[in-house]
Amino acid sequence: MDLITLLFIFTLAVFLGFELISKVPSQLHTPLMSGSNAISGITIVGALISSGSGQNDLAQWLGLAALILATVNVVGGYLVTDRMLGMFKKKGGDQ
Amino acid sequence: MPDQILPLTYIVSAVLFIFGIKMLGSATTARKGNLLSSLGMLLAIVATLFHQEVLTYQWIIVGLVAGAVIGAFAARIVQMTAMPELVALFNGFGGAASMLVGWAEFAKVTDPTGQHLTFQAFVIFLAIFIGGITFTGSVIAWGKLSGKISGSPMVFPGQKFMNAGLILGTFAVGVAFSLVQDQPLAGTLLYVFLGLSLLLGVLAVIPIGGGDMPVVISLLNSMSGLAACAAGFVIQNTVLVVAGSLVGASGLILTVIMCKAMNRTLLNVVLGGFGGTKSSGAAGEGGEMKPMSVEDAYYVLEAASKVMVIPGYGMAVAQAQHAVKELADLLESNGCEVTFAIHPVAGRMPGHMNVLLAEADVPYEQLQEMDDANPQLPITDVAIVIGANDVVNPAAVEDEGSPIYGMPIINAHHARTCFCLKRGQGTGFSGLQNKLFGMDNVRMIYGDAKATITGLVTEFKESS
Repeated sequence: MDLITLLFIFTLAVFLGFELISKVPSQLHTPLMSGSNAISGITIVGALISSGSGQNDLAQWLGLAALILATVNVVGGYLVTDRMLGMFKKKGGDQ
Repeated sequence: MPDQILPLTYIVSAVLFIFGIKMLGSATTARKGNLLSSLGMLLAIVATLFHQEVLTYQWIIVGLVAGAVIGAFAARIVQMTAMPELVALFNGFGGAASMLVGWAEFAKVTDPTGQHLTFQAFVIFLAIFIGGITFTGSVIAWGKLSGKISGSPMVFPGQKFMNAGLILGTFAVGVAFSLVQDQPLAGTLLYVFLGLSLLLGVLAVIPIGGGDMPVVISLLNSMSGLAACAAGFVIQNTVLVVAGSLVGASGLILTVIMCKAMNRTLLNVVLGGFGGTKSSGAAGEGGEMKPMSVEDAYYVLEAASKVMVIPGYGMAVAQAQHAVKELADLLESNGCEVTFAIHPVAGRMPGHMNVLLAEADVPYEQLQEMDDANPQLPITDVAIVIGANDVVNPAAVEDEGSPIYGMPIINAHHARTCFCLKRGQGTGFSGLQNKLFGMDNVRMIYGDAKATITGLVTEFKESS
């Protein structure tokens, strides 16, 4: 993967991100934030590669620490977002 | 696994993230969107486990299990009122993870056979810089939100200059780190900018007052995405770059929405010490505050036919949302129309009040955004302000000298009568005198918000 391709992907993704959620009802601000926060835990992919290198060195231990933190971010983030959205949904059913 | 399968799986993941974020923007699809994006994450994780550089699995299993248990536990037990600090903490963890990934990658290239590449080194610097600031900044935000450290702004002379100098200095070290060919020296420089970045995160958030937290949390959220993105450049991984920049962009949009709701530009917030100026503002003394007893308030409410509740952070602190819902139900069965007016920056994170009221089962139809609520206020009998302050302060409209001048507010003072529930006679978080409290049609009900509301509920029940 060369640098220019990555930069190109980055640029497109930023524009896409701006377009995706231009209008969000304020009711959804918190779930959107915690849901996108869970997505930022994607750094878990990098942590997996470092922690699984099998070389008993600094890189692996840093990777392990990163893996634990990223997993907390991912699992906790998705679950708590789902819990919040569940409360919004329950009401819709009542009405 | 053949070479192409991993990148192809990452493309599927990226598509799921895109749909996930898109669907999070609409009430009917939000939950499904979150599920889709978690599926994308799972796919990316499973595919990565087959990555050619992943050789041993023992520590991966340890890390995944430990992280999953902690995350799931925290997500289950957290109270909805404590949601802002949890989101801040998760956010900090994400930033720290990206920082560590950058660092680990450097530890790999310091391998004697490794080569120090300028671009590679610069993105390592960015991942550590952004990730480090996100980490300590979020931890400070968490401390402020959970009351572990003081929520009021901590300012000292020359703070802005010092922060600006630190940012420039850290960047200079980062550039030097990218350019030197000497590995041991680069390693030393890494520790220097790692430390500086962590310090910057602390210094950037301590001058920020509690009322400005929605902006800060959104900004930190955006930064955790950018940190992941930088980590993606470090390990040359497409899915990190795509997911990270999506979060970075969406977080920035939310930040801008929050800034607009406070009538401040992003630049003003970033450079202005985040509301550190507020404490110095002294609005003119308002009229005398007129206290009212719970019993008298009941008689007014009993006769009212249109009531608007305006909640703020105080409702969250007092955990009063369930009592408020009960009062709203009693008022409605008394033939009164009840609505909730929600200011975009009420509370400590974007949408904070909506989450609390949803927890208490307040129907979505009863919630009104500021622009819809304001035209209703002149025909409203009673506006009940529960622990909100700046967002109902008329000084924002009338007093050009006020630090919050220009911020759109909910015009609670336009209601025939306005009750303000407040713990004491102090000036609240922002340290600003609220003009509203001294107005003729305003009555103060002092005490814990939950106790006051419960008192009103009891009055209603006893008399029916």
